[in-house]
Amino acid sequence: MGHPGFVISREDWSLHPKGRLDQARHQQKVKEAIRRNLADLVAEESIILSDGKKVVKVPIRTLEEYRFRFDPGKQRHVGQGTGDERPGDVVARDAGGAAPGREPGAGDQPGLDYYEAELSVDELAEMIFEDLGLPNLQEKRKPELVSTGHEFNDVRRRGAMANLDKRRTLMEAFRRNALRGRPAFDPITPEDLRFKTWDEAIEMQAAAVVLAMMDTSGSMGTFEKYIARSFYFWMVRFLRTRYRQVQIAFIAHDTRAREVSEQEFFTKGESGGTKCSSAYELALALIQQRYPPDQYNIYAFHFSDGDNFPSDNARCVKLVQELLECCSAVGYGEIVNSRYATDSTLMSVYGKIDDPRFVRVAIREKSDVYPALRAFFRRQATDLAAAAVAQAPPGPWR
Amino acid sequence: MTDRELLELERWTERLVRRARAEGLDFYEMRFEVVPADVLYSVGAYGMPTRFSHWSFGKAFHRMKTEYDYNLSRIYELVVNSDPCYAFLLDGNTLAQNKLVVAHVLAHSDFFKNNWRFAGTSHFVMDNMAAHAERIARYEFRYGKEAVERLLDAALALAEQVDPHPVGPPSEPDDEDEEPGALEPARPSTPYDDLWELDRRLGPSQAAEGRDLAATPTPRPGQRPVQGRSAGVTLQSSEPRRRSEGHRETVRRPPGARRHPIRPERDLLRFIMQHSEYLEAWQRDVLAMVREEALYFWPQIETKIMNEGWATYWHAILMRDEELGEAEALEFARMHASVVQPYRLQLNPYLLGWKLFQSIEARWECPSEEDRTRLGLPGGQGREKIFEVRQLETDVGFIRNYLTRSLVEELHLVSLVRRGDEWQVESTGWQEVRDALAARLANGGIPVIVVEDGDYGGKGELLLRHQYEGQELDLHHLERTLPYVFDLWGRPVHLMTTVEGKQALFSYDGESHHRTVV
Repeated sequence: MGHPGFVISREDWSLHPKGRLDQARHQQKVKEAIRRNLADLVAEESIILSDGKKVVKVPIRTLEEYRFRFDPGKQRHVGQGTGDERPGDVVARDAGGAAPGREPGAGDQPGLDYYEAELSVDELAEMIFEDLGLPNLQEKRKPELVSTGHEFNDVRRRGAMANLDKRRTLMEAFRRNALRGRPAFDPITPEDLRFKTWDEAIEMQAAAVVLAMMDTSGSMGTFEKYIARSFYFWMVRFLRTRYRQVQIAFIAHDTRAREVSEQEFFTKGESGGTKCSSAYELALALIQQRYPPDQYNIYAFHFSDGDNFPSDNARCVKLVQELLECCSAVGYGEIVNSRYATDSTLMSVYGKIDDPRFVRVAIREKSDVYPALRAFFRRQATDLAAAAVAQAPPGPWR
Repeated sequence: MTDRELLELERWTERLVRRARAEGLDFYEMRFEVVPADVLYSVGAYGMPTRFSHWSFGKAFHRMKTEYDYNLSRIYELVVNSDPCYAFLLDGNTLAQNKLVVAHVLAHSDFFKNNWRFAGTSHFVMDNMAAHAERIARYEFRYGKEAVERLLDAALALAEQVDPHPVGPPSEPDDEDEEPGALEPARPSTPYDDLWELDRRLGPSQAAEGRDLAATPTPRPGQRPVQGRSAGVTLQSSEPRRRSEGHRETVRRPPGARRHPIRPERDLLRFIMQHSEYLEAWQRDVLAMVREEALYFWPQIETKIMNEGWATYWHAILMRDEELGEAEALEFARMHASVVQPYRLQLNPYLLGWKLFQSIEARWECPSEEDRTRLGLPGGQGREKIFEVRQLETDVGFIRNYLTRSLVEELHLVSLVRRGDEWQVESTGWQEVRDALAARLANGGIPVIVVEDGDYGGKGELLLRHQYEGQELDLHHLERTLPYVFDLWGRPVHLMTTVEGKQALFSYDGESHHRTVV
């Protein structure tokens, strides 16, 4: 259909996936960038203090296409006004203020210097937890935690009539009839029949309990509490999404320890002195009463600023060792505030405990929370030798 | 569009082509491709139906497609400057919309064929870019996707740093054996040689003021956001002038010995491609391809306002003279209005360019008393004049020579500056506004950066200089672009620019950044 000077054509472009392919690569890079920023995101206030449902905006600077360009804020722009403007009139405000819409000026949007990815907290959690697990998990004998089920996951030509896969059977009949030149559902012959069959799914779910202990004494300031809360926020989220059977007991302590609800644990005000041993004692008591070690994998975590009564330290060491005897792992996180330059006594005292299942972590700033999570929830082989090897610094989280 | 509508469009186009020719438009053979949105937007993101893969294109594609899906903006067509000229029309357009688009596109094709700035463009650009894509894909296979991506990241970051002008003094003698102090090789002399002298005598800052430059791409809701990336004329010299591998001045330069390059080199990408000792042959090849493509897109950046104005002018004229049904006439009017709607505090290139061409035509057709006496216009030359303008100008000249006081006032153009986080009207005076706009369009709105010394400090480091003309660089971007230069150069890189009135040297040595105020 040639015409003088032009041709109009419409072709099949369905094999032109280029844009989609590169789009996928871009999104992959976005994810990588987010992963690199995880350390910052984990302690992001808007997430920790949220209801956990919101969508967060994640600034990803690495995906900006950087080049030599003029500073848009220092350029003279030209735009179209309404005719009422006089020199000196303020006509727009920069982004960051409430003003919606674009900045003025010819040219592409100036000043927008990062790309924002939107993520739900769940997606973020998925990335954070990707390769985390409960360390030293062992099968215990509590029966309710061994889950079995039937999974219909295969189709065969023979089986019980009760398991007939009607849809597939009809499709087969239709296909066979169509091949013979008569597209219809009947007749259905025996060879068209398809049956669902199942596998028995046996999932060995080990029972686990986490004893979350937190110092709520007067020396725990806003920052310290915030850090501990960020850690437990993600820990609880992680455990709840990964292990349905995990129980968590919350223990708050100053000089005395109390078991509290999750709600109280995260909102409790601070007061009083510090006696960490009280928390360990309560933990041991709980283990004895409710969580016999032969039935549960027990994980005890304790967060403190390390500002313990010195006379209590020796007792703490002894109790931690007792905990280690019945726990799969014990973690101690110390939030180091720059106000106290010296190494805390508790942290250094615990240095004496030589057990691969005992993990100590010092947290100095928000971005340390993520490495701490990784240090505690490193997925490990069950034998202790492997655990000891994994004691090395956490993986490439930067 | 249904098949019946396609036939109708064909009949329409046949008539339109005849009429456009009769009006004096001179366009390439046209190839109209009716494509689905996916394809149109990928052509928009890549700038070409087939181009090499890079995530930045995917990012652009995603953004444009999302805006389309959410009905935020719509591209009606895309034109590729090639011979024959390919125009992509959206299958989802109504027949009436595609009719207007055809009229619009014919004028784009005429512009590509006749504007001087496009004279150097290869007619086989589509084939060339497809070949590039294939070659880069082969490099990916051989050297790994990651290695190619890293290289492209760096190359694309510098793709705007090319010398887009098809004429100019040779940047550096090819003859590498030239002794220091030797005479420059004789060139045929022309009556304009003193202009080059001007550049040298005045130094960068003053000479640059008179330099012509061009428009920023403004992808906007509307018709035809030209490809977002850099653009350029394809020079015949797209072949890299290869030097022998590993070339370097034979001995370390003693203090006071000749510089390298002898004169500041405007084409950063070419300089790196030729002189980096760090790059392997395939990497040089990739740089050469990226550079060639950048040069192809460049004239489109420099003529955005003119090109869109010209196409808008002509679709308006051609549609006006068609006999249309009531419904169709209304649809055209609505579409035209949305194309030329003003953007608050921004510029709509379609509107500005269209108004400028109309104003030029009116002035040369029926000159005012002032134009008659000052410019000696006899009148009756309206059409002739706009054809001349579309041939001889780029956006900077278009604005500088033809933006009149009455037009600035009619369009309520203002210049704006930022104070703190507020944007203030700086001026409503027509000359200030005109000059501010011309300055913004200069060099496509891209800073001019030259290679000052390819052996800085005698250590093979690279010293760049920003030709400061009153607009400061974005330091945030600057410090993130230098590592790309380093990736290509393989040794520490430095850039000299002016920050708040002071000379500052930005350095990157592969690990950390340094700023020194000179």
